[in-house]
Amino acid sequence: MNFAATLRIALLALRINKMRSALTMLGIIIGVAAVIIMIAVGGGAQARVEEQIRSLGSNIIIVMSGSMTSGGARGGAGSQPTISEDDGYAIGREIEEIQAAAPTLRGSGQVVAGNANWSTTFYGITPDYLEVREWAVVEGRGFEQAEMNGAGKVVLIGQTVAKNLFGEASPLDQVIRVRKVPLTVIGVLDRKGQSMTGQDQDDILLMPIATARKRVLGSALAKSRSVGSIMVKVNQGADMASADARMRELLRQRHRLQPGQDDDFFVRNLSEILQAQEASSKVMALLLAAVASVSLLVGGIGIMNIMLVSVTERTREIGLRMAVGARANDILTQFLVEAVTLSLIGGVIGIMLGIGGSMLIAQLAGWRTELSAGSIVLAAGFAGAVGIFFGYYPAKKASRLLPIEALRYE
Amino acid sequence: MAEALIRVEQLAKEYRMGSNVVQALCGVSLEIAAGEFVAVMGPSGSGKSTFMNLLGCLDHPSAGRYWLGGQEVSQLSGDELARVRNRKLGFVFQHFNLLARTSALDNVSLPLLYSGMSPPERKRHAEQRLSQVGLAERMDHHPAQLSGGQQQRVAIARALVNDPQLVLADEPTGALDSRTSVEIMALLQQLNREGITIVLVTHEHDVAHFAGRIISFRDGKVIEDKPNAANDAAALLQ
Repeated sequence: MNFAATLRIALLALRINKMRSALTMLGIIIGVAAVIIMIAVGGGAQARVEEQIRSLGSNIIIVMSGSMTSGGARGGAGSQPTISEDDGYAIGREIEEIQAAAPTLRGSGQVVAGNANWSTTFYGITPDYLEVREWAVVEGRGFEQAEMNGAGKVVLIGQTVAKNLFGEASPLDQVIRVRKVPLTVIGVLDRKGQSMTGQDQDDILLMPIATARKRVLGSALAKSRSVGSIMVKVNQGADMASADARMRELLRQRHRLQPGQDDDFFVRNLSEILQAQEASSKVMALLLAAVASVSLLVGGIGIMNIMLVSVTERTREIGLRMAVGARANDILTQFLVEAVTLSLIGGVIGIMLGIGGSMLIAQLAGWRTELSAGSIVLAAGFAGAVGIFFGYYPAKKASRLLPIEALRYE
Repeated sequence: MAEALIRVEQLAKEYRMGSNVVQALCGVSLEIAAGEFVAVMGPSGSGKSTFMNLLGCLDHPSAGRYWLGGQEVSQLSGDELARVRNRKLGFVFQHFNLLARTSALDNVSLPLLYSGMSPPERKRHAEQRLSQVGLAERMDHHPAQLSGGQQQRVAIARALVNDPQLVLADEPTGALDSRTSVEIMALLQQLNREGITIVLVTHEHDVAHFAGRIISFRDGKVIEDKPNAANDAAALLQ
């Protein structure tokens, strides 16, 4: 008996009991659709998190100044200016794992352009900053060396600042006043969106570090070389831990700290966030897989149940088929193909429903979903496997019937 | 003398019912030649059904031997018996045993499905047999759309479709009214005249008397085996 004929018999048998077949498939349909939707939603969430981390830079280490103790109250990280611009250059120069190190000074204040004003955060930076943050200038240009050295009165602005100060008009070559210091806008930064903590990363001004120090932040800092933080980017693929350790060692040396003395700086590392995120998304994926496999399992039991009923109900048919020459194997194949067909049709409907459902969720809930070919193949494979696994027992039972008893069955 | 189509020697079958052993058939020996029309009679429990099951290769004998068309079949495995049923035997049952919601044509071609025949060949054979039993016009009808007599004709066409050496009919008229019964018997007689060997099980004397030989069973043994001057069913219908 060839396969095409077996398939036709199976389809016929399923057509005869349309309602029952549909209800049986429902378990598989729901299971498969659930797998696809959950993987799509989970994948979307994960992709979003990964993107956020990437936008921050997953291989970034931030070195911050140590804290200051005044009258028993300890200030936060960065309250004491212990690290200097030169520490930053030394890190970039001496540690080979490091791609770029960007010392930054941070401040905030009111920014005025014409009759618009806006309160924002500004950073004094070196050109390395843009490299570390993988941030492009989309309009205008970046800083030139002369502007860096000579505390040029130039500024790069983020998208949010551009929108609030200039609306739709081009901000290029406009003069804005930052803490009353007039600076010319030479470029607009690419959109970066929100940070993981929900901060608007586009609400920012960047100026040469010398400009920030000498012109904007004021006299207290003017003479020192100290900076609030150094943003360090580790080479792609290099070991974060070793870069971290070498950097600490270098800073301790430069700060002449004795063994046993505490660090006078803080080192923060986003890889920990990344690891935590990875671990949690793994747990999430595992959870989703567990839920999905439970629903597929239930669907499979449904198939087994219906196939057992079907075998009992069609005992006489089985007897007749045996009487006219079907071998045990023919009967086994027939019922197995029936079960697998049931689960595969359910699987296909489930896949379509899953894809539709994912799109609907993306539309209605506004969640990002990411359909993956892998999840579809996985779901289809699983559905087929469920059919074989749960169809085998009833099929075996059918094939073991004795022809005379099956024929006599009432 | 030519080899008989059916030859059984000391054929026996016992069933185990708990601790009891029931002798359903105790040492039956007989021969049936090709072209015969044999009725097997007897009350229930006489062993006639057991005998039919053994003739039909649906069951294994406990003892004794059975040759069908010169081939000893009493020692064959389950799959080999399935092949014998597929190639050499045709069955007609009391309750027709047609597949529901399946056309007459597909019902008739069912045995050919298991002999590996191509779909166009299957169709051709099945059409030919349906015409032979007078149902050329109803090939696409489902069993539910056919009368009892027509359903049994479909079943007979199915029994014939693989050109069997032997047709076994188990109470073929048991579920039919008397006129339809005679019609079915007329069909069987006609097929027999065309050369097909038929063994019929019945407990009705009227039905048995359409056969050319009557074998009576009681308590697992043959108690009578005599030729019969067959009634002509076709003439009776006139």
